[in-house]
Amino acid sequence: MDLAFSPEHTKFRDEVRAFLAASFPAHLRPKAEIDALFEHDEIMEWHRVLYQKGWAAPHWPVAHGGPGLDATSRFILNDELEEAATPALSPFGLVMVGPAIIEFGTPDQQRRFLPKILSGDEVWCQGYSEPNAGSDLASLKTSAEDTGSHFVINGQKTWTTHAQYADWIFCLVRTDTRAKKQSGITFLLIDLKTPGVTVKPFLTIGGTPAFSETWFDNVKVPKQNVVGEINGGWTVAKALLGHERTQIAAVGVTGRTIRKCKRIAARTRLGDHTLLEDPVFRDKLARLEIRHRSLEMANWRALAGAQLGHAPGPESSFLKIRGSELVQQSYELAMELMGHDALAWFPDPGVVLDLEASVASLFCYLRAATIYGGSNEIQRNIIAKQILGLGSLG
Amino acid sequence: MNFELTEDQRMLVEAAQGFTRKQSPVARMRKLRDDAIGWSPEVWRQMADLGWLGLVFPEAAGGLGGSFVDLALLLEQLGTTLVPEPIVASLVAGVAIAEAGDAAQHQAHLTPMIEGKASLALAWAELDGRYDPARIATRAERASGGYRLTGHKRFVLDGHAARQLVVSAAEPGGGLALFVVDAGAPGVTVQPVRTLDGRRAAMIALDTEVAADRRLGGDGRAALERALDLGAVAACAEGVGIMRAVFAMTTEYLKTREQFGAKIGSFQVLQHRAVDMFIETELMYSMLLAAAIRLDGDDLAERVAAVTSAKVQLAESGRYVTQQAIQLHGGIGITDEHDVGLYFKRMLALNASFGDAQHHLARFAARPGFTANL
Repeated sequence: MDLAFSPEHTKFRDEVRAFLAASFPAHLRPKAEIDALFEHDEIMEWHRVLYQKGWAAPHWPVAHGGPGLDATSRFILNDELEEAATPALSPFGLVMVGPAIIEFGTPDQQRRFLPKILSGDEVWCQGYSEPNAGSDLASLKTSAEDTGSHFVINGQKTWTTHAQYADWIFCLVRTDTRAKKQSGITFLLIDLKTPGVTVKPFLTIGGTPAFSETWFDNVKVPKQNVVGEINGGWTVAKALLGHERTQIAAVGVTGRTIRKCKRIAARTRLGDHTLLEDPVFRDKLARLEIRHRSLEMANWRALAGAQLGHAPGPESSFLKIRGSELVQQSYELAMELMGHDALAWFPDPGVVLDLEASVASLFCYLRAATIYGGSNEIQRNIIAKQILGLGSLG
Repeated sequence: MNFELTEDQRMLVEAAQGFTRKQSPVARMRKLRDDAIGWSPEVWRQMADLGWLGLVFPEAAGGLGGSFVDLALLLEQLGTTLVPEPIVASLVAGVAIAEAGDAAQHQAHLTPMIEGKASLALAWAELDGRYDPARIATRAERASGGYRLTGHKRFVLDGHAARQLVVSAAEPGGGLALFVVDAGAPGVTVQPVRTLDGRRAAMIALDTEVAADRRLGGDGRAALERALDLGAVAACAEGVGIMRAVFAMTTEYLKTREQFGAKIGSFQVLQHRAVDMFIETELMYSMLLAAAIRLDGDDLAERVAAVTSAKVQLAESGRYVTQQAIQLHGGIGITDEHDVGLYFKRMLALNASFGDAQHHLARFAARPGFTANL
């Protein structure tokens, strides 16, 4: 056993760092330095830079424009991007609908959609959840009526993150109301410019405009926009959940946040010493960093398995649970270290330390981390059933 | 980066699994906890024949020249049935001898242990030093033919039956040196103490002379720290075995115990608790591998970071898993009759040995790397 990356992978890490040093736009760096929220235009600008380099979709097959990186190189790339706090690209096209179209789409769909997802010319959002279909996603009611060449869509989707910036939405819609819950669902691509679609953004608890609600009122969608089989949408949706599990732990984000905590601690005085020298806060920082290391090691085990082509082992199943808990704990500690400074909400420059300015908003917003992508309670249900074998007990 | 077991490691694990199943199930430990010695010299020799006692020692001393990863995998298996032989105590004392001793000292003190003819113990902890190996009052001074050692050592694990003790002592110049002391020598008082996990330790009083060749010539402080780091990793390895064992017992119980007309494992609140036990066990195993790999390497800063963080993790994860194992067993879990309590108490002992969480947390935070580049 060993913990070292191979010489080729170390070389690749150097290549990524050199690329970041040369190509991460100078005017975005001050925001990255303090983890300020990036605007949509800034995210898309960075998307285009990564696209030019061939790294916008590291996990796509070469045939569809992917760079052909192995699992470890993809991990390293993601890790370095997270460490440098570059804008996180929208996952809905690159990580979700893109791979779905690659796996289940027709050649026509692949030609029509994939290049523009890759280049960022078309922006996507996700239409899964509904006001009454959250964790119990399969109870969704947005209806698709078959009119021969088209479906007519009626209903409401919620948590359609970034729909206000998006051109397209991929939806789960009900095409058969008589079938068992999961089997009457279809995966459908809908142009948001179609008449009858209404998008209404709303603020998150973090005071930022990430979410939208999206209404469909007799929206006509051509049948060629079905991905996979009609009534086979659940299969497509489930396949998406398994992608890139070693990135879901957000190890890089948490590592960066812990360093941010230390930087805040080093700049915050209590009488004659800084909080970094304070035994109570030093122990809290050390405990958090140790928890982070344990997640990192588990992630490396999952990664080393993926590199060898193994199916994801038990260690990879809980990465989302612990990763999301840890990212919340790291912001929790940042808030604690800030003391009074934690009261400031989108402060003007100079009111608090620059690196503190976005913490309260992110702390609040990141309550979502244990909810999105399937709440941690749902994740625990899945592990109890699939790994511990507790699901079949009467 | 690679975490696959080699063919040799797989065979080692299988041999250990066969041993715990056939020769030393947990019932054996339960029986021996009332015995004055608490372990069997015959089984000790068997372990020597299997090569386990010499696993990590150089071939010149009669060992196999294996890695600490090999050792961690072995100890994990022995932890699953709480095998009571003094393998960890002997290995940490052995590592101190291997590190600081010369070839003749290896031959004289290490080889008999590797051959299963003797066991060793490391006498380092003292009253006012807690877990700091350098904060000691035991003195070593030149005497006629060698050295005079005076002082008291506490909770010398498995020291009640060890043939020889590796003793740390401060020298007049301020340095720390290690001495090999015969447990039966005049002026060495060994007071056996029962420990909460059904094992034995010794309180040792020293007012004795040793020959000059009993002083290990190498850097005593560095050898002792490496030995104690091995002890911490060994505790983590045994701890993972304990966590796996109680996790298996608990899920089995959830699948068979019925209340309210249903298997209790069908209740979501218990399922989620079991998932958290599973997660903590996997995290702990990941930390164990990292620590064992770093113990094999020669980067001291990486070693300290990996070992201290693993031992802190054991204090949190190991404690959580064994505590929840009792909780999920309900009333039966707090009886002496049920095995889960044996595992629980062994975990408590592991957490109090070779540095507790607070000690390792302080070491972790004292590394220059902890505050670099801020």
